[in-house]
Amino acid sequence: MGEKTAIVFAGIVSGIIAVLLVVMGNPANMGFCIACFIRDIAGGLGLHRAAVVQYLRPEIMGLVLGSFITALLFREFRSSGGSSVILRFMLGMFMMMGALIFLGCPLRMLLRLAGGDLNALVAFPGYVLGIWVGTRFLQQGYTLGQSREQSRLSGFVGPLLALALLLLLTAAPTLLFFSEEGPGSMKAPLLIALAAGLVVGVLAQRTRLCTMGAFRDIILFRDHHLFSGVAALFLVVLAGNLLLGSFNPGFAGQPVAHTDGLWNFLGMGIVGLAAVLAGGCPLRQLILSGEGNGDAMSTVLGLAAGAALMHNFKWAASPAGVSSGGQAMVIIVWILLLAAGWCVARQAREDEAREQKAVSGAGGLPPVDIK
Amino acid sequence: MSTKLIDCCGLSCPEPVLRVRQILQDPSLQEVRVKVSAAAARDNVSRAARNLGWQVGVKDDGDCFLLTLTRRAGK
Repeated sequence: MGEKTAIVFAGIVSGIIAVLLVVMGNPANMGFCIACFIRDIAGGLGLHRAAVVQYLRPEIMGLVLGSFITALLFREFRSSGGSSVILRFMLGMFMMMGALIFLGCPLRMLLRLAGGDLNALVAFPGYVLGIWVGTRFLQQGYTLGQSREQSRLSGFVGPLLALALLLLLTAAPTLLFFSEEGPGSMKAPLLIALAAGLVVGVLAQRTRLCTMGAFRDIILFRDHHLFSGVAALFLVVLAGNLLLGSFNPGFAGQPVAHTDGLWNFLGMGIVGLAAVLAGGCPLRQLILSGEGNGDAMSTVLGLAAGAALMHNFKWAASPAGVSSGGQAMVIIVWILLLAAGWCVARQAREDEAREQKAVSGAGGLPPVDIK
Repeated sequence: MSTKLIDCCGLSCPEPVLRVRQILQDPSLQEVRVKVSAAAARDNVSRAARNLGWQVGVKDDGDCFLLTLTRRAGK
């Protein structure tokens, strides 16, 4: 299968699975939502006590394990890490904060749009704006630095954590929190949810599907490769919703959504910018975690921490809208992200200038040149 | 024939592609070798180079991938 066919195929299959998961019991327009599901897991573990969003979503474990198995099979599992780990943790946290203002990760934004939720249409330009700002930093030299090979055990942490969560869910549910009402109580059967995650995990690992890369690569390189997968996913979900009669266009009364346009726009802007700075959307971070990437794992842990923060301080949005605390956080996080992008890019440029000076001072050609 | 080696090991995407694309603009270069450590970077750099009219050869040497990009005649 050619590269292009593979990613379109991955988009189509993931789209079908997203539609089916809703039919099987997941909340509407939430076949998959990486941010919501990690938030639910944080709630299930008691890291926050928002009673309506607590459940150890097996889709997440499936995604990590699907990626892990595929990476092993294709000899792409590599224990790596050590590239600005704490910054990545913070970027994960910020990404989740933006997502919980909009009420969805970029994947759910597409699913909401495909379900007729026009609030997602307002958030979408914000997301693209965030990505565009991120690409400016990239072009100014922004880099989180090189990762290195780590001890083999480090790479297994993501997959082992996923297994541990599955074990907790099946063998020790009394230790966990489960929503009795609200989105957290709406769920596809465990094995189906796990299988869905596994399949999408396999496909996303093989094709590098990324809902941020799709737009970043168009802005940076006019490269539509990743976009074709994301577009296929969107179109399949749209067709599925039309077919099932679950396409309900409008702003008000949309499932797990609010109508505060400005905050939807700015919230998804945060997600776009933070995802560029962290090198991947929440889905991609999970897939990379399965491949042994400790840096991505730290971003995923940041996502969970961000969810706990947002719900414990009641900054997360609800169908009623965005609290004043949540609005303040949006502004603060935007400022922090812009400052982080600027600082890192500036240091990278300074380092490069210093290196070039050292090379020319030594009177030789750059050491990387070979004839 | 001028050749250049770029080490992009450990860099997360899209940094390898950004670096390589910049280098490929140098008209004096006929061959560019790129070292990357992740399969995703290998695929992304290969795709970018092919789109810009370069031929791509890939060698897996265990720790990393060595890509040999050769300018196609007439490009």
